[in-house]
Amino acid sequence: MKINEDQIIKTARLARLELSENEREEYSKQLNDIIEYVEKINELDTSNVKPADHIMEISNVFRDDAVKKSIDRKSIEQNAPSFVDGFFVVPKIIE
Amino acid sequence: MLHRKGLLELSALLDRKEISASEIARSYIDHVPAMNSRINAYITFEPDKLIASAEESDRRRSSGSALSKFDGIPVAIKDNINTEGTRTTCASKILENFVPPFNATVIEKLKAKGLLIAGKTNMDEFAMGSSTENSSFGPAKNPYNTERVPGGSSGGSAAAVSAFMAPAALGSDTGGSIRQPAAFCGVTGIKPTYGRVSRYGLVAYASSLDQIGTFGRSVDDAAALLEIIAGHDPLDSTSINCESDISASALNGSVKGIKVGVPAEYFNGIDIEIRSIIEKKIDALENLGAEIIPINLKYTQYAIPVYYLIATAEASSNLARYDGVRYGYRSPDTKDLSSLYLKSRSQGFGKEVKRRIIIGTFSLSSGYYDAYYVKALKGRTLIINDFKDAFSRVDAIISPVTTTTAFKIGQMSSDPLQMYMSDILTISANLAGIPGISVPAGLDSNGLPVGLQIMGNHFMEQKILEVAKTVESTCEKISPAI
Repeated sequence: MKINEDQIIKTARLARLELSENEREEYSKQLNDIIEYVEKINELDTSNVKPADHIMEISNVFRDDAVKKSIDRKSIEQNAPSFVDGFFVVPKIIE
Repeated sequence: MLHRKGLLELSALLDRKEISASEIARSYIDHVPAMNSRINAYITFEPDKLIASAEESDRRRSSGSALSKFDGIPVAIKDNINTEGTRTTCASKILENFVPPFNATVIEKLKAKGLLIAGKTNMDEFAMGSSTENSSFGPAKNPYNTERVPGGSSGGSAAAVSAFMAPAALGSDTGGSIRQPAAFCGVTGIKPTYGRVSRYGLVAYASSLDQIGTFGRSVDDAAALLEIIAGHDPLDSTSINCESDISASALNGSVKGIKVGVPAEYFNGIDIEIRSIIEKKIDALENLGAEIIPINLKYTQYAIPVYYLIATAEASSNLARYDGVRYGYRSPDTKDLSSLYLKSRSQGFGKEVKRRIIIGTFSLSSGYYDAYYVKALKGRTLIINDFKDAFSRVDAIISPVTTTTAFKIGQMSSDPLQMYMSDILTISANLAGIPGISVPAGLDSNGLPVGLQIMGNHFMEQKILEVAKTVESTCEKISPAI
């Protein structure tokens, strides 16, 4: 077992996902198969190999700190599940 | 029958004033709905918007202010590319009603040349899949055989172009998502160099691999559309600041003196008919003056594990933004903030997306990060070096696109690993950031299209297009009997 059901539930929880009974069962086997398969990379000798952070040599990209027109509030509001007086509304956080 | 014309053909007809943009639009409006009920290529098709934008284009042309020779031609857009005012769902329930407040840079570029949006195409949810079965709007079908998949994740774009529901289309390719559906649907699809086309406004899946590209029913059409969308964009910090030399009109279909590498690893475990069709095309290229050179890409067998560790890690991070707060689906049964996140994400994402988020979260989690994620990044370096070596000796690399032709709907849906493995021939190009094109090479004995892949070094799109055009010139034109 590369990853047991408890670890799957815990990992899902880290990603803010909750799994149904069915999903837990299905993922248990599938994720083990997948993780076992990707462990093929352990055959590679990477002792003198640098990780590929970028495909090409790139450097930091800067832009001018200029004021520009941004997306207007109305179109933001249209996509929000709950929006009142310029605020996104969420359930109470502080008791 | 205008809907059967390609991008450049329509452009020529418009130029000669033989047709109007409104006539083109009406041809699609007549053809698409009935066809879409069989193929499910479009998630969103809005006839009113299409005809209104076509009439605007006609007014521009009649007043002598056409924006380009393509003014008035509609193009299909994969539904993970933001279109202002037209919903962009990523084929996910979580974005089912999302109407972007801005256009992706590629859409701005199309609009600047007067091109129109034909509609938004079906795909695997968040571009995660190889069959367009993982869509919350139902699977798309292959126009050559509607019991089979069109490939994925840009299956809707490929099927739309194949079934004459658009002259050309945009898609995105993270591990083969343009080239594989192009191969399955018998059209040309090109994934350019990473950084060649702006990703601003493309909904992110795996940011170090994602790239927007084009589909056409001819190499020229795919090239012409790519020519329009290529170029530097300050809004995408990974977009490369170099002049694009991509030019459809400069293609002459000559391969004289071009060194074409044939990697042995890409011919293992390939369907025998595909193999024989590709080998015949290689012979044809040799007869036309290309120099054929056997090569090895010895790390090919590690591409899938490396890809699925890197892509899922990036996905788990990218998809953290869907929290049910600012946009997207919010579950109605939430009692506190924590359950709002949990329920909205768990109900909003489909199976494959959740699977990949969990794998990615796992490989990034403490205790596993070095063994999985960092190890995969090192594996990626080896794959990049493999291609560097190869391109010091050859100009282009030729191979099949897929190990089989289009498979049946449902055939692989219960075995995700088997589905992942089917990407073996396309995934390396994304890991190395190099361009790749899929061009139709013929039909197998079941009448299903076979694609031929040409990969080139960074920024060598023009060269692989040239080889593709030569391959195309040796093939009989195919189209579905739909």
